[in-house]
Amino acid sequence: MARQVKLFQGNEACAYGALYAGCSFFAGYPITPSTEVAEVMAKELPKRGGAFMQMEDEIASMAAIIGASLAGAKSMTATSGPGFSLKQENIGFAAIAEVPCVVVNVMRGGPSTGVPTGPGQSDIMQCRWGTHGDHPIITITPAYVQEIFSETVRAFNLAEKYRNPVIIAFDEIVGHMRERIEIPEPGELEVIDRKKPDVPPEEYFPYDSSKGDIPPMANFFEGYRYHVTGLNHDRTGFPINACELVHIEEERLLRKIYANRDDIVKNDEYMLDDAEVAVFAYGACGRSAREAVDMARKEGIKIGLLRPLTMWPFPDREVEALAERVKAIIVPELSLGQIILEVERCSKGKCRIDGIFRVDGEPISPFQILDKVKEVL
Amino acid sequence: MGRYEIRFSGSGGQGLILAGVIFAEAAAIYEGINAVQSQSYGPEARGGASKSEVIISDETINYPKATNIDLLLALTQESCNKYYKDLKEGGILLVDEDFVTEIPEGNYRVIKLPIIRAAQEKVGKAFVANIVAIGAITAIVGKVSYESVEKAVLSRVPKGTEELNKLALQIGYEMAKEKVTR
Repeated sequence: MARQVKLFQGNEACAYGALYAGCSFFAGYPITPSTEVAEVMAKELPKRGGAFMQMEDEIASMAAIIGASLAGAKSMTATSGPGFSLKQENIGFAAIAEVPCVVVNVMRGGPSTGVPTGPGQSDIMQCRWGTHGDHPIITITPAYVQEIFSETVRAFNLAEKYRNPVIIAFDEIVGHMRERIEIPEPGELEVIDRKKPDVPPEEYFPYDSSKGDIPPMANFFEGYRYHVTGLNHDRTGFPINACELVHIEEERLLRKIYANRDDIVKNDEYMLDDAEVAVFAYGACGRSAREAVDMARKEGIKIGLLRPLTMWPFPDREVEALAERVKAIIVPELSLGQIILEVERCSKGKCRIDGIFRVDGEPISPFQILDKVKEVL
Repeated sequence: MGRYEIRFSGSGGQGLILAGVIFAEAAAIYEGINAVQSQSYGPEARGGASKSEVIISDETINYPKATNIDLLLALTQESCNKYYKDLKEGGILLVDEDFVTEIPEGNYRVIKLPIIRAAQEKVGKAFVANIVAIGAITAIVGKVSYESVEKAVLSRVPKGTEELNKLALQIGYEMAKEKVTR
Protein backbone atom coordinates (compact mmCIF):
# COMPACT_ATOMS: atom_id res chain seq x y z
CA MET A 1 0.00 0.00 0.00
CA ALA A 2 1.22 3.47 -0.84
CA ARG A 3 1.92 5.84 2.01
CA GLN A 4 -0.81 8.36 2.74
CA VAL A 5 0.13 11.86 1.61
CA LYS A 6 -1.13 14.84 3.60
CA LEU A 7 -0.58 18.57 3.85
CA PHE A 8 -0.03 18.95 7.59
CA GLN A 9 0.92 21.74 9.94
CA GLY A 10 3.96 20.97 12.08
CA ASN A 11 1.67 20.82 15.09
CA GLU A 12 -0.57 18.26 13.39
CA ALA A 13 2.43 16.15 12.41
CA CYS A 14 3.57 16.21 16.03
CA ALA A 15 0.21 14.90 17.24
CA TYR A 16 0.06 12.16 14.60
CA GLY A 17 3.67 11.22 15.31
CA ALA A 18 2.75 10.81 18.98
CA LEU A 19 -0.17 8.56 18.05
CA TYR A 20 2.12 6.51 15.80
CA ALA A 21 4.49 6.06 18.76
CA GLY A 22 1.61 4.70 20.83
CA CYS A 23 0.72 7.77 22.89
CA SER A 24 -2.61 7.02 24.56
CA PHE A 25 -2.89 9.91 27.01
CA PHE A 26 -2.72 13.66 26.51
CA ALA A 27 -3.36 16.28 29.16
CA GLY A 28 -3.05 19.93 28.35
CA TYR A 29 -4.16 23.50 28.64
CA PRO A 30 -4.33 24.86 25.09
CA ILE A 31 -2.15 27.87 24.34
CA THR A 32 -1.04 29.58 21.11
CA PRO A 33 0.93 28.56 19.08
CA SER A 34 0.73 24.95 20.29
CA THR A 35 -3.07 24.57 20.32
CA GLU A 36 -3.40 22.41 17.20
CA VAL A 37 -1.43 19.63 18.94
CA ALA A 38 -4.17 19.46 21.59
CA GLU A 39 -6.92 19.80 18.97
CA VAL A 40 -5.74 16.74 17.05
CA MET A 41 -5.23 14.72 20.22
CA ALA A 42 -8.72 15.65 21.46
CA LYS A 43 -10.19 14.46 18.17
CA GLU A 44 -8.12 11.31 17.69
CA LEU A 45 -7.42 9.83 21.14
CA PRO A 46 -11.02 8.89 22.06
CA LYS A 47 -11.40 7.12 18.68
CA ARG A 48 -8.36 4.97 19.48
CA GLY A 49 -9.28 4.05 23.04
CA GLY A 50 -7.01 6.71 24.54
CA ALA A 51 -7.87 9.65 26.75
CA PHE A 52 -7.64 13.41 26.33
CA MET A 53 -7.98 15.64 29.37
CA GLN A 54 -8.19 19.40 29.30
CA MET A 55 -6.79 20.37 32.68
CA GLU A 56 -7.23 23.51 34.77
CA ASP A 57 -3.69 24.69 34.01
CA GLU A 58 -0.26 23.66 32.76
CA ILE A 59 1.03 22.49 36.15
CA ALA A 60 -1.83 20.04 36.48
CA SER A 61 -1.37 18.91 32.87
CA MET A 62 2.22 18.01 33.59
CA ALA A 63 1.19 16.18 36.77
CA ALA A 64 -1.50 14.29 34.87
CA ILE A 65 0.86 12.95 32.22
CA ILE A 66 3.28 11.79 34.92
CA GLY A 67 0.44 9.90 36.63
CA ALA A 68 -0.77 8.39 33.37
CA SER A 69 2.75 7.28 32.48
CA LEU A 70 3.14 5.55 35.87
CA ALA A 71 -0.03 3.66 35.01
CA GLY A 72 1.63 2.50 31.78
CA ALA A 73 0.34 4.98 29.19
CA LYS A 74 2.72 6.75 26.85
CA SER A 75 1.84 10.35 27.67
CA MET A 76 2.29 13.82 26.24
CA THR A 77 1.44 17.44 26.86
CA ALA A 78 1.95 20.48 24.63
CA THR A 79 2.40 24.11 25.50
CA SER A 80 4.03 27.43 24.65
CA GLY A 81 5.49 30.52 26.30
CA PRO A 82 4.36 30.98 29.92
CA GLY A 83 2.81 27.51 29.85
CA PHE A 84 6.28 26.04 29.52
CA SER A 85 7.42 27.98 32.58
CA LEU A 86 4.54 26.48 34.57
CA LYS A 87 5.50 22.94 33.53
CA GLN A 88 9.00 23.23 34.99
CA GLU A 89 8.41 22.07 38.56
CA ASN A 90 6.84 18.82 37.46
CA ILE A 91 9.40 18.27 34.68
CA GLY A 92 11.90 18.05 37.55
CA PHE A 93 9.60 15.59 39.31
CA ALA A 94 9.47 13.40 36.19
CA ALA A 95 13.26 13.55 35.96
CA ILE A 96 13.97 12.49 39.56
CA ALA A 97 11.14 9.95 39.67
CA GLU A 98 12.30 8.65 36.26
CA VAL A 99 8.89 8.79 34.61
CA PRO A 100 8.92 8.71 30.80
CA CYS A 101 6.88 11.49 29.21
CA VAL A 102 6.99 13.92 26.29
CA VAL A 103 6.56 17.69 26.61
CA VAL A 104 6.03 19.68 23.41
CA ASN A 105 7.05 23.33 23.51
CA VAL A 106 6.03 25.30 20.42
CA MET A 107 8.20 28.33 20.99
CA ARG A 108 6.77 31.84 20.74
CA GLY A 109 8.31 35.24 21.40
CA GLY A 110 9.23 37.14 24.50
CA PRO A 111 9.43 36.55 28.25
CA SER A 112 6.12 36.23 30.16
CA THR A 113 3.12 36.44 27.79
CA GLY A 114 5.41 38.09 25.23
CA VAL A 115 4.30 37.75 21.62
CA PRO A 116 1.78 34.89 21.62
CA THR A 117 1.44 34.58 17.84
CA GLY A 118 5.04 35.24 16.86
CA PRO A 119 7.87 32.73 16.56
CA GLY A 120 10.74 32.48 19.03
CA GLN A 121 13.66 30.28 20.05
CA SER A 122 14.31 31.92 23.37
CA ASP A 123 13.21 28.92 25.48
CA ILE A 124 16.10 26.74 24.37
CA MET A 125 18.10 27.24 27.56
CA GLN A 126 14.94 26.78 29.60
CA CYS A 127 14.55 23.38 27.95
CA ARG A 128 17.89 22.47 29.53
CA TRP A 129 17.80 24.35 32.81
CA GLY A 130 14.17 25.35 33.36
CA THR A 131 13.64 23.11 36.34
CA HIS A 132 15.98 23.32 39.30
CA GLY A 133 18.67 20.88 40.32
CA ASP A 134 21.16 18.73 38.40
CA HIS A 135 18.57 16.93 36.34
CA PRO A 136 18.92 14.89 33.16
CA ILE A 137 16.94 16.08 30.14
CA ILE A 138 16.65 15.34 26.44
CA THR A 139 15.47 17.98 23.95
CA ILE A 140 14.61 17.29 20.31
CA THR A 141 14.56 20.14 17.76
CA PRO A 142 12.95 19.22 14.40
CA ALA A 143 12.45 21.71 11.55
CA TYR A 144 10.43 20.06 8.78
CA VAL A 145 6.88 18.72 9.00
CA GLN A 146 7.96 15.21 7.96
CA GLU A 147 10.77 15.41 10.48
CA ILE A 148 8.45 16.56 13.28
CA PHE A 149 6.47 13.36 12.78
CA SER A 150 9.47 11.03 12.91
CA GLU A 151 11.28 12.99 15.64
CA THR A 152 8.18 12.86 17.82
CA VAL A 153 8.31 9.08 17.49
CA ARG A 154 11.99 9.25 18.45
CA ALA A 155 11.16 11.46 21.44
CA PHE A 156 8.78 8.81 22.79
CA ASN A 157 11.37 6.10 22.14
CA LEU A 158 14.02 8.00 24.08
CA ALA A 159 11.60 8.74 26.93
CA GLU A 160 10.70 5.07 27.24
CA LYS A 161 14.22 3.79 26.80
CA TYR A 162 15.84 6.14 29.31
CA ARG A 163 12.88 6.63 31.70
CA ASN A 164 13.19 10.36 31.31
CA PRO A 165 11.14 13.39 30.27
CA VAL A 166 11.86 14.41 26.67
CA ILE A 167 11.10 17.90 25.37
CA ILE A 168 10.28 18.52 21.72
CA ALA A 169 11.00 22.18 20.95
CA PHE A 170 10.14 23.86 17.67
CA ASP A 171 9.11 27.40 16.82
CA GLU A 172 5.77 28.85 15.71
CA ILE A 173 6.92 29.07 12.07
CA VAL A 174 7.51 25.33 11.87
CA GLY A 175 4.50 24.55 14.06
CA HIS A 176 1.99 26.46 11.97
CA MET A 177 3.28 26.09 8.40
CA ARG A 178 1.70 23.39 6.29
CA GLU A 179 3.92 21.05 4.29
CA ARG A 180 3.71 17.82 2.36
CA ILE A 181 4.14 14.73 4.49
CA GLU A 182 4.07 11.03 3.71
CA ILE A 183 2.67 9.18 6.70
CA PRO A 184 4.91 6.20 7.52
CA GLU A 185 3.24 2.81 7.50
CA PRO A 186 2.90 0.98 10.82
CA GLY A 187 6.17 -0.86 11.45
CA GLU A 188 8.18 1.46 9.23
CA LEU A 189 9.55 3.49 12.14
CA GLU A 190 10.92 1.80 15.23
CA VAL A 191 8.71 2.09 18.32
CA ILE A 192 10.31 1.36 21.68
CA ASP A 193 8.42 0.46 24.86
CA ARG A 194 9.77 0.74 28.40
CA LYS A 195 11.53 -2.25 29.89
CA LYS A 196 9.34 -3.97 32.45
CA PRO A 197 10.58 -5.92 35.51
CA ASP A 198 11.27 -9.63 35.20
CA VAL A 199 10.81 -10.22 38.91
CA PRO A 200 7.55 -10.75 40.83
CA PRO A 201 6.03 -7.79 42.76
CA GLU A 202 7.41 -8.90 46.14
CA GLU A 203 10.98 -8.84 44.80
CA TYR A 204 10.62 -5.60 42.84
CA PHE A 205 12.49 -2.41 43.68
CA PRO A 206 11.49 0.49 41.42
CA TYR A 207 14.91 2.16 41.50
CA ASP A 208 17.14 -0.90 41.54
CA SER A 209 20.17 0.00 39.46
CA SER A 210 22.18 -3.11 40.31
CA LYS A 211 21.74 -4.39 36.75
CA GLY A 212 22.26 -1.11 34.93
CA ASP A 213 21.64 2.62 35.13
CA ILE A 214 18.07 2.35 33.83
CA PRO A 215 15.91 0.35 36.23
CA PRO A 216 13.03 -1.65 34.73
CA MET A 217 9.71 0.13 35.25
CA ALA A 218 6.55 -1.55 36.53
CA ASN A 219 3.19 -0.10 35.59
CA PHE A 220 0.76 0.58 38.39
CA PHE A 221 -2.37 -1.60 38.44
CA GLU A 222 -0.40 -4.63 37.26
CA GLY A 223 0.25 -5.94 40.77
CA TYR A 224 3.32 -3.81 41.51
CA ARG A 225 3.02 -1.07 44.14
CA TYR A 226 5.74 1.39 44.96
CA HIS A 227 6.38 4.82 46.33
CA VAL A 228 6.96 7.74 43.94
CA THR A 229 8.37 10.99 45.27
CA GLY A 230 10.20 14.11 44.23
CA LEU A 231 12.52 13.68 47.20
CA ASN A 232 15.84 11.93 46.70
CA HIS A 233 15.14 8.29 47.36
CA ASP A 234 16.70 4.85 47.60
CA ARG A 235 15.91 1.79 45.51
CA THR A 236 12.52 1.36 47.22
CA GLY A 237 11.40 4.83 46.17
CA PHE A 238 11.19 6.05 49.79
CA PRO A 239 12.97 9.29 50.78
CA ILE A 240 16.47 9.09 52.21
CA ASN A 241 18.73 11.37 54.15
CA ALA A 242 21.90 9.45 53.38
CA CYS A 243 23.84 12.10 51.50
CA GLU A 244 26.33 9.69 49.93
CA LEU A 245 23.48 7.83 48.32
CA VAL A 246 22.01 11.10 47.04
CA HIS A 247 25.32 11.80 45.31
CA ILE A 248 25.49 8.31 43.81
CA GLU A 249 21.89 8.41 42.59
CA GLU A 250 22.15 11.88 41.07
CA GLU A 251 25.28 10.85 39.22
CA ARG A 252 23.43 7.82 37.91
CA LEU A 253 20.59 10.01 36.63
CA LEU A 254 23.00 12.12 34.60
CA ARG A 255 25.06 9.12 33.48
CA LYS A 256 21.89 7.48 32.20
CA ILE A 257 21.76 10.20 29.54
CA TYR A 258 25.39 11.29 29.07
CA ALA A 259 26.92 7.81 28.89
CA ASN A 260 24.47 7.16 26.08
CA ARG A 261 24.90 10.49 24.33
CA ASP A 262 25.89 8.84 21.04
CA ASP A 263 22.54 7.07 20.98
CA ILE A 264 20.71 10.32 21.70
CA VAL A 265 22.66 13.03 19.84
CA LYS A 266 21.55 13.40 16.23
CA ASN A 267 22.54 16.03 13.67
CA ASP A 268 21.78 16.85 10.08
CA GLU A 269 25.12 17.71 8.51
CA TYR A 270 24.88 19.42 5.13
CA MET A 271 27.83 20.28 2.89
CA LEU A 272 30.27 20.43 5.79
CA ASP A 273 33.10 18.37 4.24
CA ASP A 274 34.85 21.23 2.46
CA ALA A 275 33.14 24.12 4.24
CA GLU A 276 35.17 27.18 5.17
CA VAL A 277 32.32 28.64 7.18
CA ALA A 278 29.67 26.64 9.02
CA VAL A 279 26.22 27.63 10.16
CA PHE A 280 24.88 26.14 13.39
CA ALA A 281 21.09 26.45 13.29
CA TYR A 282 17.91 24.62 14.20
CA GLY A 283 14.16 24.94 13.61
CA ALA A 284 13.08 27.73 11.25
CA CYS A 285 16.64 29.12 11.28
CA GLY A 286 17.90 25.70 10.22
CA ARG A 287 15.61 25.83 7.20
CA SER A 288 16.83 29.32 6.27
CA ALA A 289 20.42 28.21 6.76
CA ARG A 290 19.99 25.27 4.41
CA GLU A 291 18.64 27.64 1.77
CA ALA A 292 21.58 29.98 2.42
CA VAL A 293 24.02 27.07 1.91
CA ASP A 294 22.43 26.27 -1.46
CA MET A 295 22.55 29.94 -2.50
CA ALA A 296 26.18 30.30 -1.41
CA ARG A 297 27.28 27.12 -3.16
CA LYS A 298 25.82 28.45 -6.43
CA GLU A 299 28.12 31.45 -5.99
CA GLY A 300 31.06 29.16 -5.26
CA ILE A 301 31.18 30.03 -1.55
CA LYS A 302 31.99 27.01 0.58
CA ILE A 303 29.62 26.95 3.51
CA GLY A 304 27.91 24.09 5.29
CA LEU A 305 25.31 23.49 7.96
CA LEU A 306 25.29 21.67 11.29
CA ARG A 307 21.64 21.33 12.25
CA PRO A 308 21.07 19.57 15.57
CA LEU A 309 18.00 17.37 15.88
CA THR A 310 18.97 16.72 19.49
CA MET A 311 19.87 19.96 21.25
CA TRP A 312 20.20 18.45 24.74
CA PRO A 313 22.49 16.68 25.33
CA PHE A 314 24.37 19.28 23.29
CA PRO A 315 26.44 18.10 20.29
CA ASP A 316 29.63 19.27 22.04
CA ARG A 317 32.12 16.98 20.28
CA GLU A 318 30.65 17.74 16.85
CA VAL A 319 30.89 21.49 17.44
CA GLU A 320 34.47 21.24 18.67
CA ALA A 321 35.50 19.14 15.68
CA LEU A 322 33.87 21.65 13.37
CA ALA A 323 35.56 24.60 15.08
CA GLU A 324 38.91 22.95 14.40
CA ARG A 325 38.43 23.02 10.64
CA VAL A 326 36.33 26.09 9.73
CA LYS A 327 37.14 29.80 9.83
CA ALA A 328 33.91 30.70 11.54
CA ILE A 329 30.62 29.35 12.82
CA ILE A 330 27.53 31.52 12.30
CA VAL A 331 24.68 31.04 14.76
CA PRO A 332 21.31 32.49 13.64
CA GLU A 333 18.71 32.44 16.42
CA LEU A 334 15.23 33.79 17.03
CA SER A 335 16.43 35.10 20.39
CA LEU A 336 18.94 37.67 21.52
CA GLY A 337 21.66 35.03 21.75
CA GLN A 338 21.27 31.81 23.75
CA ILE A 339 22.49 28.68 22.01
CA ILE A 340 25.47 30.68 20.70
CA LEU A 341 26.81 30.48 24.28
CA GLU A 342 26.99 26.69 24.02
CA VAL A 343 28.59 26.92 20.58
CA GLU A 344 31.19 29.29 22.03
CA ARG A 345 31.80 27.01 25.02
CA CYS A 346 32.27 23.90 22.90
CA SER A 347 34.36 25.52 20.17
CA LYS A 348 36.96 26.44 22.84
CA GLY A 349 38.16 29.52 20.97
CA LYS A 350 39.27 27.49 17.96
CA CYS A 351 37.34 29.61 15.45
CA ARG A 352 35.38 32.82 15.19
CA ILE A 353 31.73 32.63 16.35
CA ASP A 354 29.20 35.17 15.05
CA GLY A 355 25.51 35.43 15.85
CA ILE A 356 22.47 36.73 13.99
CA PHE A 357 19.69 37.50 16.45
CA ARG A 358 16.13 38.51 15.70
CA VAL A 359 13.04 38.80 17.91
CA ASP A 360 10.71 40.98 15.81
CA GLY A 361 8.42 38.11 14.87
CA GLU A 362 9.96 37.65 11.43
CA PRO A 363 12.19 34.74 10.43
CA ILE A 364 15.89 35.19 9.78
CA SER A 365 16.11 35.05 5.99
CA PRO A 366 18.65 33.09 3.94
CA PHE A 367 19.91 36.46 2.64
CA GLN A 368 20.73 37.65 6.17
CA ILE A 369 22.75 34.50 6.76
CA LEU A 370 24.50 34.77 3.42
CA ASP A 371 25.43 38.41 4.11
CA LYS A 372 26.97 37.41 7.44
CA VAL A 373 28.93 34.60 5.80
CA LYS A 374 30.37 37.02 3.24
CA GLU A 375 31.28 39.38 6.07
CA VAL A 376 33.36 36.77 7.92
CA LEU A 377 35.02 35.17 4.88
CA MET B 1 10.20 23.35 -11.98
CA GLY B 2 11.90 25.64 -9.53
CA ARG B 3 10.40 27.59 -6.66
CA TYR B 4 7.12 29.39 -7.49
CA GLU B 5 5.66 31.78 -4.91
CA ILE B 6 2.00 32.76 -4.69
CA ARG B 7 0.41 35.15 -2.23
CA PHE B 8 -3.38 35.21 -1.80
CA SER B 9 -4.48 38.53 -0.34
CA GLY B 10 -7.68 40.38 0.40
CA SER B 11 -9.60 41.18 3.55
CA GLY B 12 -10.22 38.87 6.50
CA GLY B 13 -13.25 36.64 5.92
CA GLN B 14 -12.85 36.25 2.15
CA GLY B 15 -11.62 32.68 2.59
CA LEU B 16 -8.10 33.31 1.37
CA ILE B 17 -6.39 31.16 3.96
CA LEU B 18 -8.59 28.25 2.91
CA ALA B 19 -7.84 29.10 -0.74
CA GLY B 20 -4.12 28.81 -0.01
CA VAL B 21 -4.58 25.53 1.83
CA ILE B 22 -6.67 24.08 -1.03
CA PHE B 23 -4.15 25.11 -3.69
CA ALA B 24 -1.26 23.72 -1.61
CA GLU B 25 -3.16 20.45 -1.10
CA ALA B 26 -3.80 20.22 -4.84
CA ALA B 27 -0.05 20.50 -5.44
CA ALA B 28 1.19 18.34 -2.54
CA ILE B 29 -1.41 15.58 -2.38
CA TYR B 30 -2.90 15.31 -5.88
CA GLU B 31 -0.10 16.62 -8.10
CA GLY B 32 2.70 15.06 -6.04
CA ILE B 33 5.01 18.08 -5.93
CA ASN B 34 6.29 19.91 -2.86
CA ALA B 35 4.18 22.66 -1.39
CA VAL B 36 4.35 24.84 1.69
CA GLN B 37 1.51 27.03 2.95
CA SER B 38 1.78 29.66 5.65
CA GLN B 39 -0.23 32.59 6.89
CA SER B 40 0.01 35.45 9.32
CA TYR B 41 -1.65 34.99 12.69
CA GLY B 42 -2.55 37.52 15.31
CA PRO B 43 -4.19 40.92 15.02
CA GLU B 44 -2.82 41.34 11.50
CA ALA B 45 -4.90 38.38 10.33
CA ARG B 46 -8.24 39.85 11.47
CA GLY B 47 -9.99 42.29 9.15
CA GLY B 48 -7.71 44.66 7.29
CA ALA B 49 -5.39 43.03 4.82
CA SER B 50 -5.15 39.25 5.16
CA LYS B 51 -2.71 36.97 3.37
CA SER B 52 -1.95 33.32 2.79
CA GLU B 53 1.19 32.15 1.02
CA VAL B 54 1.84 29.05 -1.04
CA ILE B 55 5.20 28.00 -2.41
CA ILE B 56 5.39 25.11 -4.84
CA SER B 57 8.51 23.42 -6.17
CA ASP B 58 9.90 20.15 -7.48
CA GLU B 59 12.74 20.61 -5.03
CA THR B 60 12.78 20.71 -1.24
CA ILE B 61 11.35 23.97 0.02
CA ASN B 62 13.54 25.18 2.84
CA TYR B 63 12.59 28.80 3.41
CA PRO B 64 8.81 28.80 3.96
CA LYS B 65 8.08 32.50 3.45
CA ALA B 66 7.38 34.25 0.15
CA THR B 67 9.86 37.05 -0.50
CA ASN B 68 10.07 37.17 -4.29
CA ILE B 69 6.52 36.62 -5.41
CA ASP B 70 5.64 35.18 -8.81
CA LEU B 71 1.90 35.69 -8.50
CA LEU B 72 0.04 38.07 -6.20
CA LEU B 73 -3.73 37.85 -5.92
CA ALA B 74 -5.33 41.01 -4.50
CA LEU B 75 -9.08 41.10 -3.92
CA THR B 76 -9.02 44.52 -2.23
CA GLN B 77 -7.27 47.83 -2.84
CA GLU B 78 -5.80 47.76 0.66
CA SER B 79 -4.18 44.35 0.19
CA CYS B 80 -2.89 45.35 -3.25
CA ASN B 81 -1.27 48.49 -1.85
CA LYS B 82 0.22 46.61 1.08
CA TYR B 83 1.73 43.67 -0.78
CA TYR B 84 2.58 44.62 -4.40
CA LYS B 85 6.12 45.61 -3.40
CA ASP B 86 7.01 41.94 -2.80
CA LEU B 87 6.20 41.02 -6.43
CA LYS B 88 9.26 40.02 -8.40
CA GLU B 89 10.18 41.69 -11.67
CA GLY B 90 8.11 40.18 -14.42
CA GLY B 91 5.69 38.63 -11.93
CA ILE B 92 1.92 38.65 -12.23
CA LEU B 93 -0.50 40.86 -10.33
CA LEU B 94 -3.99 39.34 -10.41
CA VAL B 95 -6.65 41.75 -9.15
CA ASP B 96 -10.39 41.93 -8.76
CA GLU B 97 -11.20 44.58 -11.34
CA ASP B 98 -14.13 46.05 -9.38
CA PHE B 99 -12.35 46.38 -6.04
CA VAL B 100 -8.81 47.18 -7.13
CA THR B 101 -9.12 50.22 -9.34
CA GLU B 102 -5.77 51.90 -8.73
CA ILE B 103 -3.05 49.65 -10.09
CA PRO B 104 0.34 50.50 -8.61
CA GLU B 105 3.06 51.02 -11.19
CA GLY B 106 5.75 48.43 -11.54
CA ASN B 107 7.51 45.95 -13.77
CA TYR B 108 4.94 43.16 -13.68
CA ARG B 109 2.03 41.90 -15.72
CA VAL B 110 -1.46 42.87 -14.52
CA ILE B 111 -4.44 40.58 -15.02
CA LYS B 112 -7.81 42.12 -14.12
CA LEU B 113 -10.80 39.82 -13.57
CA PRO B 114 -14.27 40.39 -12.09
CA ILE B 115 -13.72 37.64 -9.49
CA ILE B 116 -16.26 38.67 -6.86
CA ARG B 117 -18.86 39.77 -9.44
CA ALA B 118 -18.56 36.41 -11.24
CA ALA B 119 -19.12 34.58 -7.96
CA GLN B 120 -22.17 36.69 -7.26
CA GLU B 121 -23.76 36.77 -10.73
CA LYS B 122 -22.67 33.55 -12.40
CA VAL B 123 -22.65 31.22 -9.39
CA GLY B 124 -25.12 33.18 -7.31
CA LYS B 125 -23.03 33.14 -4.12
CA ALA B 126 -20.44 35.81 -3.33
CA PHE B 127 -18.76 33.50 -0.80
CA VAL B 128 -17.35 31.27 -3.55
CA ALA B 129 -15.14 34.15 -4.74
CA ASN B 130 -12.16 32.36 -3.19
CA ILE B 131 -12.86 29.30 -5.34
CA VAL B 132 -13.26 31.46 -8.46
CA ALA B 133 -9.86 32.90 -7.56
CA ILE B 134 -8.35 29.42 -7.24
CA GLY B 135 -9.69 28.61 -10.72
CA ALA B 136 -8.04 31.72 -12.14
CA ILE B 137 -4.77 30.98 -10.35
CA THR B 138 -4.78 27.40 -11.68
CA ALA B 139 -4.96 28.72 -15.23
CA ILE B 140 -2.28 31.35 -14.66
CA VAL B 141 0.22 29.17 -12.78
CA GLY B 142 -0.16 26.20 -15.12
CA LYS B 143 1.94 23.92 -12.92
CA VAL B 144 -0.87 22.20 -11.05
CA SER B 145 -3.50 20.49 -13.19
CA TYR B 146 -7.16 21.48 -13.18
CA GLU B 147 -8.08 17.92 -12.16
CA SER B 148 -5.80 18.04 -9.11
CA VAL B 149 -7.21 21.38 -8.03
CA GLU B 150 -10.80 20.20 -8.48
CA LYS B 151 -10.11 17.16 -6.30
CA ALA B 152 -8.60 19.37 -3.61
CA VAL B 153 -11.58 21.74 -3.71
CA LEU B 154 -14.09 18.90 -3.43
CA SER B 155 -12.26 17.35 -0.48
CA ARG B 156 -12.47 20.63 1.47
CA VAL B 157 -15.91 22.15 0.78
CA PRO B 158 -19.03 21.32 2.83
CA LYS B 159 -21.31 18.53 1.62
CA GLY B 160 -24.08 19.81 -0.59
CA THR B 161 -21.98 22.63 -2.05
CA GLU B 162 -19.93 20.52 -4.44
CA GLU B 163 -21.68 21.56 -7.66
CA LEU B 164 -21.61 25.22 -6.67
CA ASN B 165 -17.89 25.07 -6.04
CA LYS B 166 -17.14 23.09 -9.20
CA LEU B 167 -18.93 25.80 -11.18
CA ALA B 168 -17.02 28.55 -9.37
CA LEU B 169 -13.69 26.86 -10.11
CA GLN B 170 -14.57 26.42 -13.77
CA ILE B 171 -15.69 30.03 -14.20
CA GLY B 172 -12.48 31.35 -12.64
CA TYR B 173 -10.37 29.00 -14.73
CA GLU B 174 -12.04 29.95 -18.02
CA MET B 175 -11.95 33.70 -17.35
CA ALA B 176 -8.22 33.57 -16.68
CA LYS B 177 -7.44 31.10 -19.46
CA GLU B 178 -8.86 33.57 -21.95
CA LYS B 179 -6.58 36.34 -20.64
CA VAL B 180 -3.50 34.14 -20.43
CA THR B 181 -3.77 32.71 -23.93
CA ARG B 182 -4.75 35.97 -25.58
